[in-house]
Amino acid sequence: MDHFFTLDLLTRILRMSTPLIFAALGGILSERSGVINIALEGLMLIGAFFAVAGTYWTGNVWLGLLIGVLCAMAGALIHAVWSITFRGDQIVVGTAVNLIALGLTAFLVQSIWGTAGGSDRVSSLPKIGGMSILVPLAFVMVPLVAFFLYRTKLGLRLQACGEHPQAAVSAGIDITRYRYLAVLGSGLLAGLGGAYLSIGNLNYFTLDMTNGRGFIALAAVILGGWNPWGALAACLLFGAAEGIQIQGQSTPGFPISSDLLVTLPYIVTLIAITLFVKARSGPAGLGRHATTS
Amino acid sequence: MEGIVKRFPGVVANDGITLLVEPGEIHALLGENGAGKSTLMNILFGLYTPDEGVVAVNDQPVSFSGPRDAVLAGLGMVHQHFMLIPRFTVTENIILGNEGSGLVLDRTAAARRVREISESYGLLIDPEAKVEDLTVGLQQRVEILKALYHGSRILILDEPTALLTPQEIEDLYGILNRLKADGTTIIFITHKLKEVAAVSDKVTVIRRGKTVGERITSETTGQELADLMVGRGVSLTVARTPATPGRTILSAKNLTAQPIHGHKPLSIADLELRAGEILGVCGVEGNGQAELVEVLSGLRPITGGTLAVNEIDCGQRDPNGFREAGLSYIPEDRHHRGLVLDFPLWENVLLGNAQGEPFVRRGLVRGRKTQDVTRQLMADFDVRAPSPETPARALSGGNQQKLIIARELFRNPDVLLAIQPTRGLDVGAIEFVHKELVRVRDEGKAVMLLSYDLDEVMDLSDRIVVMSEYQITGEFVAGEVTRNHLGLLMGGRHSDEATQA
Repeated sequence: MDHFFTLDLLTRILRMSTPLIFAALGGILSERSGVINIALEGLMLIGAFFAVAGTYWTGNVWLGLLIGVLCAMAGALIHAVWSITFRGDQIVVGTAVNLIALGLTAFLVQSIWGTAGGSDRVSSLPKIGGMSILVPLAFVMVPLVAFFLYRTKLGLRLQACGEHPQAAVSAGIDITRYRYLAVLGSGLLAGLGGAYLSIGNLNYFTLDMTNGRGFIALAAVILGGWNPWGALAACLLFGAAEGIQIQGQSTPGFPISSDLLVTLPYIVTLIAITLFVKARSGPAGLGRHATTS
Repeated sequence: MEGIVKRFPGVVANDGITLLVEPGEIHALLGENGAGKSTLMNILFGLYTPDEGVVAVNDQPVSFSGPRDAVLAGLGMVHQHFMLIPRFTVTENIILGNEGSGLVLDRTAAARRVREISESYGLLIDPEAKVEDLTVGLQQRVEILKALYHGSRILILDEPTALLTPQEIEDLYGILNRLKADGTTIIFITHKLKEVAAVSDKVTVIRRGKTVGERITSETTGQELADLMVGRGVSLTVARTPATPGRTILSAKNLTAQPIHGHKPLSIADLELRAGEILGVCGVEGNGQAELVEVLSGLRPITGGTLAVNEIDCGQRDPNGFREAGLSYIPEDRHHRGLVLDFPLWENVLLGNAQGEPFVRRGLVRGRKTQDVTRQLMADFDVRAPSPETPARALSGGNQQKLIIARELFRNPDVLLAIQPTRGLDVGAIEFVHKELVRVRDEGKAVMLLSYDLDEVMDLSDRIVVMSEYQITGEFVAGEVTRNHLGLLMGGRHSDEATQA
């Protein structure tokens, strides 16, 4: 056990929290504008895949990052068109995006690299102190998103769209535009989170490598009360659960079976949601359009 | 606005309406629900485009393509259901859409401007308060301030008193008169005659999408306006004979229950309801009425005391238990507690009546039988709808309420709790509901009428109790108490103080 509580553990926690933070911030943007976004998982997966594919094609990891993020935004655009313009049920649309992401990436892995499991290795983003450069970026994004939401004109309007779409319309706000921007923003952030998984933390893509992180990020959004700082705390909690799990597995003689240990992040998520979420409620206009008949 | 016509698929909502409003007057737009008032105002506000007719503001013909244009032309709308964001502060709500230049909000400056404008109109409010913490009356004040902040000189108020207490209504009249004195033009949409008389200079009456009359308020009578509005002679007062109270049907002693919000428990020392009487419960909203209703209908557990219906102890019963003991209940909120809006009418009739015959046999719903009964109830209670298969949502408020009353009386209850039974209804439907309550009383049933409209309680009740601070603070035989006295008790004075006052 001497080897358990080390600097390594802290690094692991930060590394595991990073993709959650990106995705959760994206979820906050989208949901604060009134669009339920359960597509975070799929958008992350798209980001993860195309970051690797982009790096593989261009030979430049930065261009790969850009391509990954743009493709995640394209996925978000699909979500936006379907859920905002065509007024599709946001849960159904989100599920569809997730399924498309899973199928598309599996298909492309097969056709590009000829394997069923994952991509070739590519180069990865530069590291600072053993951690990807995206790790500090995630933590910087938290105050930026908070400032945007609470201190800017656009943020106030975006929140109005999510709280009371009719009121926003009667104040002359074009809620369609704000919701599109918010959903695209969630694509950008989820894409960064996905790209971190593939070319930040590692240097390859494996099938379904997000492994439910998009949903855990969504749980963090709810647990954090749709607030960037609250979500950060929740992401750190979930990141810690995952960090401990990995650290436990790699510590010789750790007393808990590894099969049980891998379930830890999910169990922590469930417990946290049960204990803390009751008193919270999300934006009042979540999933609602401006005019209802 | 002249000759306005607006057609929707299947209906002509406005069929040649003319509304002429002079600068600086309070102009009432009177009409029943569904007469076309809201459509007309939505046209004026740029939400709809008229198919025919001319809209002119200050003698300039205008054609608005959205609320923004209307606001720029100096119009402001106070919606019946406030367009306020509960989690935002007063200031945030007021500046939304007009936040000033720059990307970053300057909340301090905005709050200062809000304070200035609120002081200059005498509409005092804390700019930093969250809207969700404000009373309904203050929320409306925020709506008015919002319109003034955006530069409105013509203020449209859509059914502004619907959610207000009597005192708040008085305050609103004061505010409107102050705004008028300041040169603001006010259009006041309502279906309540009393309000037309209380506040307007002129009144335009519309019925079924047409203007049927324009009168100077001081030169007309309530009866004339009511007849114009409904299109036939209506009786504004309910004819009824003195009550002949019989045995006690509902009795509560030393009853206590937890409040919905806050800390003060409901505490009812003694409440009796007798056969053949209407007991009126008056009070300002939020003084324990909601808790009392939930307790009396089995929705809220009691924490002490006794409660009996037909001498059956109901202290531990659930809503079904109360029904079995002989109680029926017309809830305050038709849409949330009275009906399942997306269910057809016959399924709504089934709700609460599904314990057995005639609707259910051997655990199975008898669809055809239920539909037959529903059709009969619709005929008996004048519920206007195409068929029992029509979804409840498609009915007007009055017809929805008639369906609820029909369903609740179908069980032939001994006690009927009527909670705000005429809220949001038009004159014709109110007349129907009132007559029905008196008829039920005359059949020897016990009726409890809880209403925040003091006039309604005074008109219909045989006995009146006042609720204040989660207690019953006064009990009177109707006719032996003045409106003023009840008003003082409602405001929290005690009985002896009120007598001296």
